[in-house]
Amino acid sequence: MTARSALAVLATLAVVGLAACAPADNAGSGTTTPSSADACSKDKLALKTAGTFAVGTDKPAYEPWFSGDDPTNGKGYESAVTYAVAKKLGFEPAEVKWQTVQFNTAFAPGPKKFDLDVNQVSISEDRRKAVDFSTGYYDVRQSVITTAGSKIANAKSIADLAGAKLGAQVGTTSYTALRDVIKPKQQPAPYDTNDLAVQALKNRQLDGIVVDLPTGFYMTAAQLDNGKIIGQLPGGSQTEQFGFVLEKGSKLTPCVSQAVDALRADGTLTKLQEQFLTAEGAPELS
Amino acid sequence: MSDWQPSELQQERLAYRRRQTVRSGVIAGVSSVLVLALVVFGVGSTPGWPRVRQTFFDFHRGWQALPVVAQGLWLNIRVMLVCAVLIVVFGLALAIMRTLRGAIFFPLRVFAAAYTDVFRGLPLLLVIFLLGFGVPALQLRGLPNQAVIWGGAALVLTYSSYVAEVFRAGIESVHPSQRAAARSLGLSYRQTLRFVVLPQAVRRVMPPLLNDFVSLQKDSGLIAVLGVIDAIRAAQLETAEDFNFTPYVVAGLLFVALTIPLTRLTDWVARRQGWYGGGGGPV
Repeated sequence: MTARSALAVLATLAVVGLAACAPADNAGSGTTTPSSADACSKDKLALKTAGTFAVGTDKPAYEPWFSGDDPTNGKGYESAVTYAVAKKLGFEPAEVKWQTVQFNTAFAPGPKKFDLDVNQVSISEDRRKAVDFSTGYYDVRQSVITTAGSKIANAKSIADLAGAKLGAQVGTTSYTALRDVIKPKQQPAPYDTNDLAVQALKNRQLDGIVVDLPTGFYMTAAQLDNGKIIGQLPGGSQTEQFGFVLEKGSKLTPCVSQAVDALRADGTLTKLQEQFLTAEGAPELS
Repeated sequence: MSDWQPSELQQERLAYRRRQTVRSGVIAGVSSVLVLALVVFGVGSTPGWPRVRQTFFDFHRGWQALPVVAQGLWLNIRVMLVCAVLIVVFGLALAIMRTLRGAIFFPLRVFAAAYTDVFRGLPLLLVIFLLGFGVPALQLRGLPNQAVIWGGAALVLTYSSYVAEVFRAGIESVHPSQRAAARSLGLSYRQTLRFVVLPQAVRRVMPPLLNDFVSLQKDSGLIAVLGVIDAIRAAQLETAEDFNFTPYVVAGLLFVALTIPLTRLTDWVARRQGWYGGGGGPV
């Protein structure tokens, strides 16, 4: 083979090879929407044990989602919402039986011992392959946290935050909220992970961090000394929601979703959020 | 004016050579155009190409991201310039320390050797984390807190060890006879170093030094992990909005656009000064 014909062959091969790089489109996976929402009276519910509403959550049960590590007291947002759902479905508070279910096992595949699990589980399509989710009972909001003694520790409004040096994790809605909602005068500091942002806050390289509120509660309680939630940012078009976890294909799912939707529609969810999240250290910022 | 003409044979030879030159020029041109057309057509007609173009080479998106990315690049440039000066100073000092002679300088030699061993071995990212998050965590009075300063310090510490080794190689490449000649002319050790050894050493290591400089320019972006926005981080933030990778391409092009002129300039200066070839002139 001469050099020239070798070149021609090579060029042809290259073109053929490129043609093989066709885009791989994944076929759209159809989502199944539960439709049968008629049989939702208490006696027709598909329960694990007739007459009791078996609810799982992890131990310890964290504030402010629960109160005093005791889910049965109806205090704390998730506990309150669970009892509200139980009431909608026709249960007495005494008929709600709590059991300890580890966070990770709650949405692992397989049969479940609980009727539903409530544990700050974010609804995601990946998890939906293994379990059912009710509609969301909590829209994740962004919050600003800091440590006591920082210059924004007593901020009451978004305007009070404008002069602060704030950070957030890169590529998150927290960062977008920091940039677009707070609009700080100093350049926002993006970090690869939330942990690095916490480190920078500890080092006083930052005055505050923007994170979603559930993470904010965790950071101020567990990761920071003297951590403080300044407040929640106004809700935007949030996509992340917490939902009740049910066994895959459970006939109970549409009924729980119906109850959650009703609670949302009549303002109960908003009221409980104000009572247990806003009043418990995460005031609204405007 | 002379009537001299090349011989007929010579004219024939010249004409033949001219024809050959034209012919190879035409062939090279035609084959280049053909290959280019083949590539453009081949790549352009593949089913994935529109998606590639849209994701990586979206002109509008790139233009939109340019100001932000360029602003990030300005940080890279400032960090690079400040660090480069410090690195040259420290690197040269370390190299001189390590090439000092005499028993009394033993501790200095050991220090320089240990320093280069340690900081050449440590990954740059590790040093950045260690200084950028670790030192401010000490909350010591009087130490600065800014991420840029500690990130820059990490760059200087690490790159000084590379550059010190480059300088040392240059210093040791100067033939002993040069030193001997200088000393026998009555120059002191210091004068010998200043007027005889270093000028030759620095010329010889110019290309590898430039290598380190270009490398520094790119690694200056690593301090973005400390929460500052350089060109790459700016591009990342842009990309996170719509998962269009054009901002990365823009940042890459800016970096390349920064290094190429630098390389050409250094080459040009070196050639003009007759640095290459040890001053012997063209051979």
